[in-house]
Amino acid sequence: MTTQPTRAIRGRAPNTMKVGLFIPCYIDLIYPEVGIATLQLLERFGLDVGFPLNQTCCGQPMSNSGDEKNAAAAEHLFIENFKGYDCIVGPAGSCVKQVRCHYDRLEQTEEVKHVRQHTYELVEFLHDVLKVESFPWAEFPHSVAIHNSCSSLRGLRIASTSEIMEAPFDKTLTLLSKVKDIVVVPVDRPDDCCGFGGTFCVTDEAVSARMGIEKAHDHVRHGAEYVVSPDMSCLMHQQGIARRAGLDLKYIHVAQVLNGGPY
Amino acid sequence: MSAPRQVNPAAAAELFIIQDQIHEPMHDRFLWGAMQRRHAEAAAIPEWEELREIASKIKEHTLTHLDHYLEEFEANATKRGAHVHWAVDATDHNQIVYSILQGHSVKELIKSKSMLQEECQMTPFLEHRGIKVIESDLGERIQQLDDQPPSHIVFPAIHKTRQDVAQLFARTIGTDPNNDDPHFLTEVMRNNARPRFLAAGAGMTGGNFAIAETGTFMVCTNEGNADIGAAVPPLHIASMGIEKMIPRVEDMGVFLRLLARSAEGAPLTQYSSHYTGPRKGGELHIVLVDNGRSRRLGMPDFWHSLKCIRCGACMNTCPVYRRSGGLAYGATYSGPIGVILDPTFDEFKYSELPFHSSLCGSCSEVCPVKIDISDQILKWRRVMAEKGYLPLAKRLSFAVAGHVFAHPAEYQLVEKAAEPAMSYAPHFLMYNHTLNPWIRDRELPRPAKQSFREWYLANRSEHGNVQQ
Repeated sequence: MTTQPTRAIRGRAPNTMKVGLFIPCYIDLIYPEVGIATLQLLERFGLDVGFPLNQTCCGQPMSNSGDEKNAAAAEHLFIENFKGYDCIVGPAGSCVKQVRCHYDRLEQTEEVKHVRQHTYELVEFLHDVLKVESFPWAEFPHSVAIHNSCSSLRGLRIASTSEIMEAPFDKTLTLLSKVKDIVVVPVDRPDDCCGFGGTFCVTDEAVSARMGIEKAHDHVRHGAEYVVSPDMSCLMHQQGIARRAGLDLKYIHVAQVLNGGPY
Repeated sequence: MSAPRQVNPAAAAELFIIQDQIHEPMHDRFLWGAMQRRHAEAAAIPEWEELREIASKIKEHTLTHLDHYLEEFEANATKRGAHVHWAVDATDHNQIVYSILQGHSVKELIKSKSMLQEECQMTPFLEHRGIKVIESDLGERIQQLDDQPPSHIVFPAIHKTRQDVAQLFARTIGTDPNNDDPHFLTEVMRNNARPRFLAAGAGMTGGNFAIAETGTFMVCTNEGNADIGAAVPPLHIASMGIEKMIPRVEDMGVFLRLLARSAEGAPLTQYSSHYTGPRKGGELHIVLVDNGRSRRLGMPDFWHSLKCIRCGACMNTCPVYRRSGGLAYGATYSGPIGVILDPTFDEFKYSELPFHSSLCGSCSEVCPVKIDISDQILKWRRVMAEKGYLPLAKRLSFAVAGHVFAHPAEYQLVEKAAEPAMSYAPHFLMYNHTLNPWIRDRELPRPAKQSFREWYLANRSEHGNVQQ
């Protein structure tokens, strides 16, 4: 199911690459600080980052529900907006997975193939392409629970999963552990789905809410102050649940921690 | 929204959750524990992932040469004295079983667990014709006494508490309703079942695997109930789906190592019995059943579901299943495997099942035969969307969204309107549980005062790299 990004990009010096910034619709509208953090972070590494103003949505809400017909136009627009970049980086695991894995329904022109193979989620871009060793500008003296989304885990493989027998790794943890004074706490069910699942969270609301509250309690049990994730969509759902339940948990994106803000 | 014939798993799951604070948490916790045991067992085998790959390949090979192996099986089983029958569908299966029983004047049948027999609705068929059918597996017996189908393919009554079982036995067998000690309850069942094995004119089993090379079929149980059922009555009938076939005895090693570890986190079931021909003085009938399997074999997107060895790991790992209970799926097969199988039985009736999933992908990763369950769930969603089975609200909102997302100028207008709209929207609309299910258990997120796009235009666009 995973489509691994091309290895060709890794040979290139970062400052020769034209990077397209992919900001998912809900980050644009609800969590702009995540977009700002992502842009500022990439710029710190000397990257030439552009933001296509006409981007809208990767098409996932429709595509995930099987509605390819209504997803197609948004998907084509995505290709149009990003085809001119060497690589595309987005602070969203599920949206990036959509482009890499599920744009297979589009006619596979050179442009489509190029965009699919060169779209990265932020954590994998920092870890695999830029191979960042330190974040000297960042500090985060708080206890943190990491939430890697199912898309990032099983679609993009940014960390090992409990189901597959392999040597453990976690790219999100590797990056976050380079931040001064951060304390990452273990959790009981690190890769059990939080229950967001896109439209699932409203069409299967009771089940989704149970999954979400279980996740929140797990974080509280381990003393997390913050829940940090490469995927704000999951956090939007978890945050809603935690607020309703009166739980004292704060939810931020990994870009914000690695960039040192904005919060 | 749904027509009467359509199963609504989300609504059924909600009922399972809200019934009390006991049942759903218990169900979730037990199955989660089974998964942890599965992980520990798998981790103890260095070649675990290789085994999965080999098992998958053996099944793919067998399924793509199924005609050859089925005939090889029949020849070898017959050579060893078994009678082999072919059933094209559920009714054919039930009819064949009934004629065999009739031919031996059997009035009472004792059977071990078989999802295939459940799929064919064999028990009501036989009972309607005057043959008493007793389930010998504890979980299946519990469900039979309660007039419910099994909720899990390995743990049929896992949605019930000990207290539920004690109450049920009190109602149906006459034991103490307040004694929910597991040893006591098991002993009740054992004493209740023992005389039935002796009284039965026939014993019936399913088959976990069928080996073409020797005409053998394998039955794996923890209670040994299949073995007694096969050994005591003079007549043994075994029925199984044609996809249970594997080529050689040697191949069993791969599957036996995977089966119980995946199903329950134990290295093996207590009994792994090989049946080749009838026992001395007995009679053995094997019924091989199609019931849509060869049609499924012809579906390019879905034929891999036939690799299934019915371990139930996908159910145990599925966070949606753990919180729904198997009965919420309204079908013989529940959980992730049910989601991809059931639409092949009735596409309209089960058109909502593919949406009863968050597409987390865990099922695909635990499947011992590497069925791409999660990918098939998404493919079924496409089928349902194309057939027009998506609910109207979704169809309309996606048509609108599809249009807006394709037109940047309109999208930007909607974005600009969203923040003020949410601030001024009437409370009774935003917080209406029917119109806005989000709000039942969550607080709403608020759009930011300044979107990322607005921030970018104010802070960055003078630096170029702005595409039109």
